[in-house]
Amino acid sequence: MKAGVVIFPGSNCETDTYDALNYLGFNTEYIWHRDSSLHKVDLVVLPGGFSYGDYLRCGAVARFSEIMEEISRFADSGGLVIGICNGFQILLEAGLLPGAMLHNKSLKFICQTVNLRVENNTLPFTNQCGAGEILRIPINHYEGNYFIDDEGLKELEDNSQVVLRYVDENGEATVGAAPNGALANIAGLTNKSGNVFGLMPHPERAVEEILGSVDGAKLFLSAKISKEAVS
Amino acid sequence: MSKTTRDVPKYQQLGLTSSEYEAIGRTLGREPEDVELAIYSLMWSEHCGYKHSRSTLKKLPTTKDYVLQGPGENAGVIDIGEGKAIAIKIESHNHPSAVEPFQGAATGVGGIVRDIFAMGARPLASLNSLRFGDPTKPRQKYLFEGVVSGIGSYGNCLGVPTVAGEVYFEDSYEGNCLVNAMTIGILPKSRLITAKAKGISNLVVLMGSKTGRDGIGGASVLASQEFDETLQEKRPSVQVGDPFTEKLLIEACLELLDKNLLAALGDLGAAGITSSASEMASRGGVGIDIDVSKVPLREPGMSPSEIMISESQERMLAVVEPKMLSEVEAVCNKWGIPATVIGKITETSKMDVYDGKEKVGSMPVISLTDEAPIYDIEPKMPEYIKEVQKMGDVPTFPEDMNATLLKMIGSPNLCSRGWIWRQYDHQVQTNTVVLPGSDSAVLRLKGTKKGLALTVDGNGRYCYLDPFMGTQIAVAEAARNIVATGATPMAVTDCLNFGNPEKSGISWQFRKAIDGMAQACRHFDIPVVSGNVSFYNESFGKAIYPTPTVGMIGLLDDVEKRTTTPFKDAGDLILLIGQMATVDGQSDEEIFSLLGGSEYLKTIHKRIEGLPPELDLDLESRSQDLCLEAIKNGILSSAHDISDGGLVVALLESCLYGDIGAKTELAVEEESFVRIVVELFNEAQSRFIVSLKEKDLGEFGEISKEVGADFMVIGKVGGDRLIINDKIDVSIKEMKKPWEEAIDSLVE
Repeated sequence: MKAGVVIFPGSNCETDTYDALNYLGFNTEYIWHRDSSLHKVDLVVLPGGFSYGDYLRCGAVARFSEIMEEISRFADSGGLVIGICNGFQILLEAGLLPGAMLHNKSLKFICQTVNLRVENNTLPFTNQCGAGEILRIPINHYEGNYFIDDEGLKELEDNSQVVLRYVDENGEATVGAAPNGALANIAGLTNKSGNVFGLMPHPERAVEEILGSVDGAKLFLSAKISKEAVS
Repeated sequence: MSKTTRDVPKYQQLGLTSSEYEAIGRTLGREPEDVELAIYSLMWSEHCGYKHSRSTLKKLPTTKDYVLQGPGENAGVIDIGEGKAIAIKIESHNHPSAVEPFQGAATGVGGIVRDIFAMGARPLASLNSLRFGDPTKPRQKYLFEGVVSGIGSYGNCLGVPTVAGEVYFEDSYEGNCLVNAMTIGILPKSRLITAKAKGISNLVVLMGSKTGRDGIGGASVLASQEFDETLQEKRPSVQVGDPFTEKLLIEACLELLDKNLLAALGDLGAAGITSSASEMASRGGVGIDIDVSKVPLREPGMSPSEIMISESQERMLAVVEPKMLSEVEAVCNKWGIPATVIGKITETSKMDVYDGKEKVGSMPVISLTDEAPIYDIEPKMPEYIKEVQKMGDVPTFPEDMNATLLKMIGSPNLCSRGWIWRQYDHQVQTNTVVLPGSDSAVLRLKGTKKGLALTVDGNGRYCYLDPFMGTQIAVAEAARNIVATGATPMAVTDCLNFGNPEKSGISWQFRKAIDGMAQACRHFDIPVVSGNVSFYNESFGKAIYPTPTVGMIGLLDDVEKRTTTPFKDAGDLILLIGQMATVDGQSDEEIFSLLGGSEYLKTIHKRIEGLPPELDLDLESRSQDLCLEAIKNGILSSAHDISDGGLVVALLESCLYGDIGAKTELAVEEESFVRIVVELFNEAQSRFIVSLKEKDLGEFGEISKEVGADFMVIGKVGGDRLIINDKIDVSIKEMKKPWEEAIDSLVE
């Protein structure tokens, strides 16, 4: 399966993501933000980092990159897209996912491993996870405090678009369990059709035992297996 | 300004002495022009010219067969085999951070990272060593929070993980905090480049941000003077960081080097174009022409002097063959980085400065670099030394040892640093396999079996009491931290933070410290490959503790053998490598003197006195050999060096990180309360707390015989309490909260 990792100026997790995907058996290549084609990939990953320095607002400049038009078309036609951290923020700014990110409620950058509960394991990104399975994956951001209006939240919940929620050590989505203050403890969500996935945690940092967790691998491998099942 | 500038000659306003001004006249054979005066004032400042340290620094050992680049370049470089090399450097940004903590610390990271990729290395990880005053005071809180957030904001944006560091709070740093930033980078040996200008008629290309008026006089006004009531007036001398541009600059420079398009590369740091251009020319033994009218400016109306000495951040200077220029421009354009030809290499041996067609300055290159003045200030032992080294009366020790331990573990110098680590991205690049919280961070090296261990250590209080011994201990402790992970120490980068070097007492401290470092590094056979000197760390005439910090890197042949601090499994035996501190037959006074300079004496009794612990270098080597060999044989479950807070704090830390208890029995006469207190809290050197499976004790004993090191079994891992004789009995869970939340409650 062919995956493409998009590089924006200021991306800084592109190599980690590329290495993780190759390690998991993807045939991976980089896509430059000024490219006009997606190189016929089956999966597009927008990596973490600080595209355009996060100046103005996270993802607000990157969404205007030339490649984003292609990515929108790819997503509209059902192609699989994952946005990690800054990549998630870009997808929100581009309107490919609903809602917005606020500063962490502590007004501090947070780098730590968190517990995430899989809320929907029927998606192409989670089919290798158990229902309600707890994943241990690091987060690393200053703006991960997810927000959406009441109506939007209801829609997300009704459509089972919430994919990952921050939970405590007992697996409960308590208020304190979301270190950034995210609404309804939302750590990851999809669009309505379930082919565009944004998440604040960094699964590429949890794909090998030596890094302390392999839980992130399940998310990438789900995409691989669902694609292979189709083809 | 506090004084009327009219009354003071120009050269003096710029920080030059009258004899230095006369020397400039003699060199040029005439009165210097404005541009020239500005340039000399920077190049002959302490910060650029190392005029009070150059002769002393020659004592340090700097060579070994794997050292590819020693001191004198942007960074040191060592060969780690398999065609790979590591660039390493530490640098201070103390004064900018004391004036404006966020930007001061952020640009400190930016500067050290540029030093690393200037060698052709991709920045791999950063560390830092910080010192502040009492964190309960509002200004100290402001500085501490600002510095941590500045380091995080710059490093996180670059995608360079901040993997380890240290922070101490002592009153002596109240008027002058310390911010030492260290970075390492990795490069294929073939990509190594230096800042040595070569090729007559080659072009001098300025890359990166436009030049503005920020940081004018940073090296002279800010870095080479003490602080007084004009501190806030120095704010304009602090630069502002733009990590996004630096990230693009890294990518552009590494691509240029991969394509072999550059003849030389250097970063622009203190004194901007001036120091970068003159040092590159000096190393290459050539002349250099600079045309300031070509330099892209951020604001109109800048004078040639301002352009030459501006410290605007995120800029690099390259030497490029004319035929390569269009390719260089293409790469820079891809990354959105302006690249402008601002001069050329000449055979004149002079740095000639032009403003368009008009020559506005002409100076022999060597007069700016190698011929900068050298001062050897007669050293004299300061008055305070004899006073503070005297140990006062034996105090009454608090009876409740559990309460004492609780107070210690929740004190600013011993509590968990989690509040800091959470603000740093310590995992990006997915190499960090031992996270912050062990003795050293460990990075794996992708594509090899190897690993790198990294640490930075220093103990200003020890150095204040005895700079020679304190500095030796800093080297020994750094090596111990490297060894505790299973790595072999490879190289040192040092940051030497001292007061005003024009004073005889500071000169004495500095020389003693360097003597100590030189002797320890020679003993362990670890070369010093790079470093930085920061003088004038004084406010209102009062100097900081002399604070040499030692950054060290070690190599693991097999990263899978790495060992960490936390206790792992119930039933593991706990061993003390090294000896007990007291011996039978000592008087209470003799026993008490072993607490000299300790964290216990400071925290519990508010006393800073005595002599730091003794260090026997041979004994230290034997203890380290035992620990390292045992790890290499794969028999240790955990290893932790004993330092601040002593044996009991080391034991408790292994419990806290491991979420498991321990029961230990120290062989001490129970009736001597002084003795048990001292055994628990003294900071005797050359010791580790390790744990292993009972079945491996025999093998461990064999190794100890081979290397001639002492050890004793002191207890077992298990339960949920730390129990030591009948003196300590605490719940790990109950100790965890005050330890973890101490900084949160201090700053929030």
